Amino acid sequence: MSAKVVKKLQSVLGDAILETSSFRGDEEVRVALKDWVRVAQVLRDDPELAMNHWTDLTAVDWPEREVEGQPRFDVLFSVRSFEKKHRIRVKTYVKDGEDVPTLTTVWAGANWAEREVFDMFGIRFAGHRDLRRILMYDEFVGYPLRKDYPIDRVQPLVEYRDADDTLKLPPFGIEEGQPFARVDWEERLAGRDEQVSPSIAVQTGQRRALSDSEIAEAQFAKKPEESAAE
Amino acid sequence: MGEVKTIVGGSSGESFFTTKFESLLAWARKYSLFQYPFATACCGMEFFAVASPRYDIARFGAEAPRFSPRQSDVLWVVGTISQRQGPALKRIYEQMAEPKWVVSFGTCASCGGFYDNYTTIPGVDKIIPVDVYIPGCPPRPEAVLDGLMLLMEKIQKGNREPVTVLPKVVPELAQLRGKRALPIAGGGSKEGA
Amino acid sequence: MEPADEILEDDDEALEIPADPMRLNMGPSHPAMHGTIRMVLDLDGETVMNVDVQPGYLHRGFEKSCERGTWAQVFPYVDRLNYVSPMLNNVGFALAVEKLLDVKVPDRCQYYRVILGELARICDHFTCNGASAMELGAFTPFLWLLKVRDWVWDILEKESGARMTHSFARIGGMAAPPTEGFKDDVRAIMPEIRKVVGEAESLLLKNRIFLDRMEGVGKLSKERALALGVTGPVLRSTGVAYDVRKDHPYLVYDRFDFDVPVGTDGDNWDRFMVRTEEIRQSLRIIEQALDQMPDEGPVSIDDPRIMLPEKREVYSTIEATIAHFKLVMEGLKPPKGAVYSFTEAGNGELGFYLVSDGSGTPYRLRVRPPCWFNLQAAREMIMGDMIADIIPTFGSVNMIGGECDR
Repeated sequence: MSAKVVKKLQSVLGDAILETSSFRGDEEVRVALKDWVRVAQVLRDDPELAMNHWTDLTAVDWPEREVEGQPRFDVLFSVRSFEKKHRIRVKTYVKDGEDVPTLTTVWAGANWAEREVFDMFGIRFAGHRDLRRILMYDEFVGYPLRKDYPIDRVQPLVEYRDADDTLKLPPFGIEEGQPFARVDWEERLAGRDEQVSPSIAVQTGQRRALSDSEIAEAQFAKKPEESAAE
Repeated sequence: MGEVKTIVGGSSGESFFTTKFESLLAWARKYSLFQYPFATACCGMEFFAVASPRYDIARFGAEAPRFSPRQSDVLWVVGTISQRQGPALKRIYEQMAEPKWVVSFGTCASCGGFYDNYTTIPGVDKIIPVDVYIPGCPPRPEAVLDGLMLLMEKIQKGNREPVTVLPKVVPELAQLRGKRALPIAGGGSKEGA
Repeated sequence: MEPADEILEDDDEALEIPADPMRLNMGPSHPAMHGTIRMVLDLDGETVMNVDVQPGYLHRGFEKSCERGTWAQVFPYVDRLNYVSPMLNNVGFALAVEKLLDVKVPDRCQYYRVILGELARICDHFTCNGASAMELGAFTPFLWLLKVRDWVWDILEKESGARMTHSFARIGGMAAPPTEGFKDDVRAIMPEIRKVVGEAESLLLKNRIFLDRMEGVGKLSKERALALGVTGPVLRSTGVAYDVRKDHPYLVYDRFDFDVPVGTDGDNWDRFMVRTEEIRQSLRIIEQALDQMPDEGPVSIDDPRIMLPEKREVYSTIEATIAHFKLVMEGLKPPKGAVYSFTEAGNGELGFYLVSDGSGTPYRLRVRPPCWFNLQAAREMIMGDMIADIIPTFGSVNMIGGECDR
């Protein structure tokens, strides 16, 4: 990362750079969505910048920002220059349902990264030639890395067999949530609590007991009868 | 040769000869297991280690991997099976010819492990029946060999109930920890743990 | 052959074969696809005209799972990213969180991390080269190279307690200081490893079959490799000398004298040789690190907000008990912000993009998996080659499912 890159970008693009930040030596610039591809082209083609080595593209979901009327997602990419050995991270804000212009025309490496962001966050990339799911299967509904997707909502492709013979607790119960998680996003998005773990929520009566423990309790309650019958 | 049952004309109508023959067959089967390693994840590395000279799975007659389900007797499910992989695994299992056995290698294959999330199958027994569970993340090669021996025992006895490799207590180590050495458990069904 | 040629000369249309491309499905359960990749091939005869590489069969929800624990609870997940060299991932993640916290571990720990990491890298390269050879039918070199892995694992087991998935690094140090005989143990296996590298070379490098299937197969150009985001041995084989250890030194890599081996053509042979040479360079680094590593001194930083107190104190003093409880239950709380930290893992630049919202739980944890982008380039390597060439090409890319699909 290099501060020189930011200065150069500001001198070339002027107002297109909305915000710059430097944290622990990482330079980051924020641009408007309409300048997304233009910035990328400058980064690649300017001889002083010469960002020819693709690094990464990803997104961050901020659902609470949407409530305040702000765009929900951060989409960011980072690239580096092989010759100059400097890096930069470029960020933009994207509303839910808004298209991001594709970077595959600038760096071929953006292909899979964009497909992954589409798969995980549901952000579409306009102009991407092959925008399919890449990590999940086509039958999958929803976007797993969004904060409001419960971590344990499975969508099996094969019907589960009746696995009673293995004497195991079903790992996924009726209730969907984020078992064992420290942040309960369902609660947090409903505005009930800033940071609450499900177990605390159970204690304070905000939610029912976790399905696993319910089943475990039910089985535990059954046990004495069974042993009496035997 | 293995143990030969001496039931003459038992209540099930089996004659001495068939019982003896089946026993012989089981003996032959258990020492020539052709395996299909369905290796997907981390456990595959330990599977290599089991096959490599130090642990040498060939000592048990199970060294020949066959990458065709039609030619194999044991399906080793080695590693995490994702929902997306599920149909492939089920199909491979269905293509195997009887008699067939399934060994679930490692915690992920046995119950999903700590990947209890939207994408993994919580144990391959949700889609195919499993004969031997080998816990561990990944299991040590010694545990894998234990599992293989349990499977061989099952084949000899004709028993299809699922069994788990139980932890073994090494008396010397237990003494170091100041604990009382427990009797070595040779294996058994789940509730026997 | 001659009669067929004669027919051809006589009548060009006599041997006309319908040239519709054939569609072939390879994987996900194919021995050479490492169990997790599916390739849909369009074939013209035996030539690959088009290929659709489909990863994702080992997607295990790494990033989502990390968002529900503390920062320290991420280590076991990180182990299982690149499961051939877990120690490198451990160190990479620890460095990322340390960057977020803006702390630096003591010197002794840095050397310790370097040595353990380089041992893991040796394992990684040995496994990759051995597996590539095995997939071409050379089973002996595979067993020969795997032997080394067991030696290295013995040392790692002695240090960390686990053969493979160590979870040994901590934020701000290591879980335990080096054992007493650590340096001697490592010094003892170094000449042995060097010997095995030579033996493996003598087994393979003059083998006609091996040469034919590696040389000139699966080529990748320099420019395409850079644009596709390829890193690690695959990038270096194309002639680009990019090694994070040299270009952006972390830990104490700037204190060692080592070379970055590069190839020229970017074919399978170059990738194989770059890995072999990197094993030698890793040995060089370990030698120097062993000499420079101090025998005394702490391996963890002395900051009660980051490191757990010693177990002895936890059981005897109330302050330590409370500190331990708070660190375990609430986790350490890095400041708000986002960092991208990158290290050289077995397959290239392993980056962690961490977003912290100031709480004890990672808000977002993105890993930049080197395999992901290396595999993306596999399409260009495979296209135009024969179908049998997919096996060595894919093998030398060294796709590790856990890291690629996360």
